[in-house]
Amino acid sequence: MGKTFAEKILAKKAGKNSVVPGEIVVVKPDYVMSHDNSAAIYGKFKSIGAEKVFNPDQVLIILDHCVPAASEKYAMNHKTVREFVEKYGIKNFYDINTGVCHQVVIEKGYARPGRLIVGSDSHTVSYGALGAFSCGIGRSEAAAIWATGEIWLKVPRTIKVDFKGKLKKGTTAKDVMLYLIGMIGADGALYKSVEFSGEGVKEFSIADRIVFSNMSVEMGAKNGYFAPDEKTFEYLKSRGVSESDYEVILPDEDAEYEKVIEIELDKVEPQVAKPHTVDNVSPVSEVKGTKIHQALIGTCTNGRIEDIRAAVKVLEGRKVNKNVRLLVFPASMEVYMQALKEGLFEKIIEAGGIVMNPGCGPCLGAHEGVLAPGEVCISTANRNFKGRMGCKEAFIYLASPESVAASAIAGEIISVEDLK
Amino acid sequence: MKIFKYGDDVNTDVIFPGKYTYTITDPNEMAKHALEDLDPDFAKTVEKGDIIVAGKNFGCGSSREQAATCIKYAGVDVIIAKSFSRIFYRNCINSGLLAIECPEVVDKINKKSRIEIKREQNKLIVDGVEYSYPPIPEAVRDIIDSGGLISYLQKRFKKG
Repeated sequence: MGKTFAEKILAKKAGKNSVVPGEIVVVKPDYVMSHDNSAAIYGKFKSIGAEKVFNPDQVLIILDHCVPAASEKYAMNHKTVREFVEKYGIKNFYDINTGVCHQVVIEKGYARPGRLIVGSDSHTVSYGALGAFSCGIGRSEAAAIWATGEIWLKVPRTIKVDFKGKLKKGTTAKDVMLYLIGMIGADGALYKSVEFSGEGVKEFSIADRIVFSNMSVEMGAKNGYFAPDEKTFEYLKSRGVSESDYEVILPDEDAEYEKVIEIELDKVEPQVAKPHTVDNVSPVSEVKGTKIHQALIGTCTNGRIEDIRAAVKVLEGRKVNKNVRLLVFPASMEVYMQALKEGLFEKIIEAGGIVMNPGCGPCLGAHEGVLAPGEVCISTANRNFKGRMGCKEAFIYLASPESVAASAIAGEIISVEDLK
Repeated sequence: MKIFKYGDDVNTDVIFPGKYTYTITDPNEMAKHALEDLDPDFAKTVEKGDIIVAGKNFGCGSSREQAATCIKYAGVDVIIAKSFSRIFYRNCINSGLLAIECPEVVDKINKKSRIEIKREQNKLIVDGVEYSYPPIPEAVRDIIDSGGLISYLQKRFKKG
């Protein structure tokens, strides 16, 4: 019997000929990524009593969660991280002018086929889009890797998602992912590695694939993998990473899957996840007319240039409803520059939107657009839990950039098709 | 010993809200906000030795370790659930919190149930009926028994 991607890469990284699901392996990740929580990790690292960082080049830090600092506490936090970076000679450090960590890890070429990356952030799963194995870990574990270079991982079973056919006009990768999460539930892929495959994969750009990998944790997955193909190689080349710089690891054709989930792409309509769970999904048409107060475009899920272009296409020549605040957060400074060059910001501002600096913004309720009791926000982010955007009496709907832009114009939840 | 019983898919945002993740650093202070957006009475009434019983996918969402830390410092040493979200499960181990995955027992437990845990045998006795739960791998068990990953590593680094 053949092996899945997860079984093959974990065997390789553990220096074994083969591994089986359920087995525990000890591995040295290529990188351990952390963000603003690096200050807390540093505290834990100090208490372990290690005299040095095991491998400073394994450490990757990007400040993004609350940038620029919203209070003295956050400022102190950032200061501590910078002191750590200086003291231990951490070269892979990106300060607050770079972008959201997951976008930066991908943009700067850290995420590559065959790499194993862990991060003290649940959306570390994003790098599977490029054929890496990546998953979230806790702060103590990140500190432990700083001290020892290694971590234990359990070899997961694998679920295969088989995309069939082509997307319907007006439906996006985000809609398909919400549809899938709604179908299998928030624990539908719990502890599992997910392989996104099938003829339909060809439809999806790298930006689209990142949406799937990013949100695979919302169905409990440990990893969300796409087999690298021409689009992957082309993307990496554009980031200055040549084919000799990575090793493609593919699942065997006769690999054993726990189950195969088929998605017929042409059957999927624009979707929303309704408050207060990501698997509470319905077609946009079912909640059409729900009044909104804020619309958010950005985050590690949908803050790429493709997303901003798609939103602007909807916003251009229209006005944001007077009862709605439209906030746009490009996922990185590189995306920001590109959007600036393409004149996209002018169109957002003309429509009545606000362009913010790259960062996580209000996605996790820290700053830059938290909600008031009773308010409703439609967002391109990945979570709509109670209290997520800073207020437990607020309501969050998740949707595609197109649907969020259309809703901002209408003042109520609506799809692009309905706006016309 | 009190039992706090919750449903499915309890996420880390309701266990420990994101707005506190960088502003509260003292674990005893974290404990005061434990489960704040799910059950505001929890932190007010919880006592050492109380147990949390929950449905499937407990601790889903963010990787924030404070979700496990705040429960541990609130006095809870054991959570019994139908299943746990994977990062939260790891965070429990690393915080010295025993996470018992035992789907068949959860619906049998009510607030008045008597629960006895035989850690060495991986067994639970609920109202006189015995249930087994999957053994925790030895390497991982050492971490829990040391009180968490940091204390486990402290010993290792002290030995040099």
